[in-house]
Amino acid sequence: MTNSSDQMTDASRTPPAPLHATRPFYWSVRRELWENRSLYLAPLAVSALVLVGLLLSTIGMAQRRLLTLHLPPAKQVGLIVQPYEFAHGSVMITGFIVAIVYCMSALHTERRDRSVLFWKSLPVSDLTTVLAKIFMPTVVLPIITGVIVVAVQLAMYAWSAIVLAIHGVPQPTYAQLPIVDLNLVTLYSLVVTTLWYVPLYAWFMMVGGWSRRVPFLWAVLPPAALCLGEKLAFNTTYLTKLLGARFVGVYDRAFVTQPSVVTTTVTRQTVVGSSAGAAPDLPPPVAPPISHAAASPGFHGMPQSHSIGLAEIDFGKFLSTPGLWIGLAVAAAFIAVSVWLRRRREPL
Amino acid sequence: MACIDARGLRKAYKTTVALDGIDLQVEEGRILGLIGPNGAGKSTALNAILGLTGFEGQLKVLGRDPWTERDALMADVCFIADVAVLPRWMKVSQALDYVGGVHPRFDRAKAEAFLAKTLIKRNSRVRELSKGMVAQLHLALIMAIDARLLVLDEPTLGLDLLYRKEFYDTLLNDYFDKTRTIVITTHQVEEIQHILTDLAFIDDGKIVLESSMEDFEARYAEVMVLPEHAAAARELKPVYERQVFGRSIFLFDNADRGKLAALGEVRTPSIADLFVAVIGARAARGQRPAA
Repeated sequence: MTNSSDQMTDASRTPPAPLHATRPFYWSVRRELWENRSLYLAPLAVSALVLVGLLLSTIGMAQRRLLTLHLPPAKQVGLIVQPYEFAHGSVMITGFIVAIVYCMSALHTERRDRSVLFWKSLPVSDLTTVLAKIFMPTVVLPIITGVIVVAVQLAMYAWSAIVLAIHGVPQPTYAQLPIVDLNLVTLYSLVVTTLWYVPLYAWFMMVGGWSRRVPFLWAVLPPAALCLGEKLAFNTTYLTKLLGARFVGVYDRAFVTQPSVVTTTVTRQTVVGSSAGAAPDLPPPVAPPISHAAASPGFHGMPQSHSIGLAEIDFGKFLSTPGLWIGLAVAAAFIAVSVWLRRRREPL
Repeated sequence: MACIDARGLRKAYKTTVALDGIDLQVEEGRILGLIGPNGAGKSTALNAILGLTGFEGQLKVLGRDPWTERDALMADVCFIADVAVLPRWMKVSQALDYVGGVHPRFDRAKAEAFLAKTLIKRNSRVRELSKGMVAQLHLALIMAIDARLLVLDEPTLGLDLLYRKEFYDTLLNDYFDKTRTIVITTHQVEEIQHILTDLAFIDDGKIVLESSMEDFEARYAEVMVLPEHAAAARELKPVYERQVFGRSIFLFDNADRGKLAALGEVRTPSIADLFVAVIGARAARGQRPAA
């Protein structure tokens, strides 16, 4: 009350219009989604391709399942899980690429097209803006991809169950494949990869905010040159290994690592399920370019045939990995520099 | 309290001095035209006022330091930095939603009412609008914000005459009142002469002329003189002389109006003519590098 009466007595100005509540962070996130529709369109497009592959695989699905009745149980589970992992991997890799592209342009495009002058004409701080931008690949995108992957996996599961039941295949899929466990492992790996990749996202965002041109080259070439320089000067590869672990090392750190993951899983599965014949629900390669990406096991560091059991999750090990916390600290520094750059860098 | 109070404002880049000790006071309720040649430091001065760039010296905008208190300041200050800075991907409806969502003083109904007078469709994207429509949209957004200071940096660049006239008419009739302050830079000075209350020329990082429009009209006079009276006119020490259709037009600073009337019809000069006289003379004296 005192405040408003002070304002009234202040000179002869007409009282300013009543302020209405604002939600700068919320609207900044909305605005990022408006501008960057690829954040959800790309994962949706890839999952649509996966579903098309699922429909195509209907032809001959029952025969393939019956054929694998004769395979040893170890191979059965691996083959059944394969298409689900493929769906998971392809959407996650798409999400990762989308996230990197997004981060690179997040603080770059607005300077290039000078729209930063419009954004800065509004009462939204640079801190809010940068936090909203890093929020997209670290929270919004994982939620989007998580929902999509689980939905696709459930669709695959339901469809194959129906198709196999119609054809009277004796052993139903659910006996072989604990789908909820699979979903949970999928979501868990989404969380840990996101946490592991935060410094990468922050790095690309920072370089985009700093560079005048070709942010991708600025983000990639100097680290590559440092790796090469280390090799030439000292004949060591510490930096290469460090960066390599940042890209592909998360699964080793977030899951129980054993020499043969498949064996342990299958042992568990054969105990749980009453073990009869099984065949893959899907023919492995769906669409050539995607299957190529998903087939490169090193990209997400996914073990070639990783477990589907919750028993393989080792969150404690992940949390006690120094690399996780060092990475997050480095990311925080990159984000702080990004805020500083947003404040000072001028339009291009 | 002055809306803008700059004392010894200085900004140096690596190789150039953009602002070389500017003193500028703008009272509330004024419309200041900041006029200067390219590279004179106009945009740097505006960027400092808007907290977009750091500076040396003293600068207060609405009582705040624009660099250190920018976030708070921007609730009361609005600007159009340039034409065509609205993001091209944005829909008109999204622009309304966004500004309404982040600006505490945005009156959406006002923006809608202004847009209703235009041909702009709510679901169009900015990239689909003509340049004039983009300027209309930006003006609609800005006018619906109850800001105390509005800064316009070349707001009508590249617009055709009709849009330019409409822009300034709208600004003056529907937006401006005695509680607001407006700072405009433009090269099309003749179009804003009638709306300004104050005038400042900036050249080479310095304010070379600062005047209210009342003082401007009292101080400067322009007389068109027949050739036979030219010598008499020159004796009254004009600050500038130019030839039009075989007659000489002289620009006088603080000359005796009675004597001027004897030479020919006395008029208030245009800002453009004064600009050429002042800035051109500086260039001729070598006080600024020739363009």
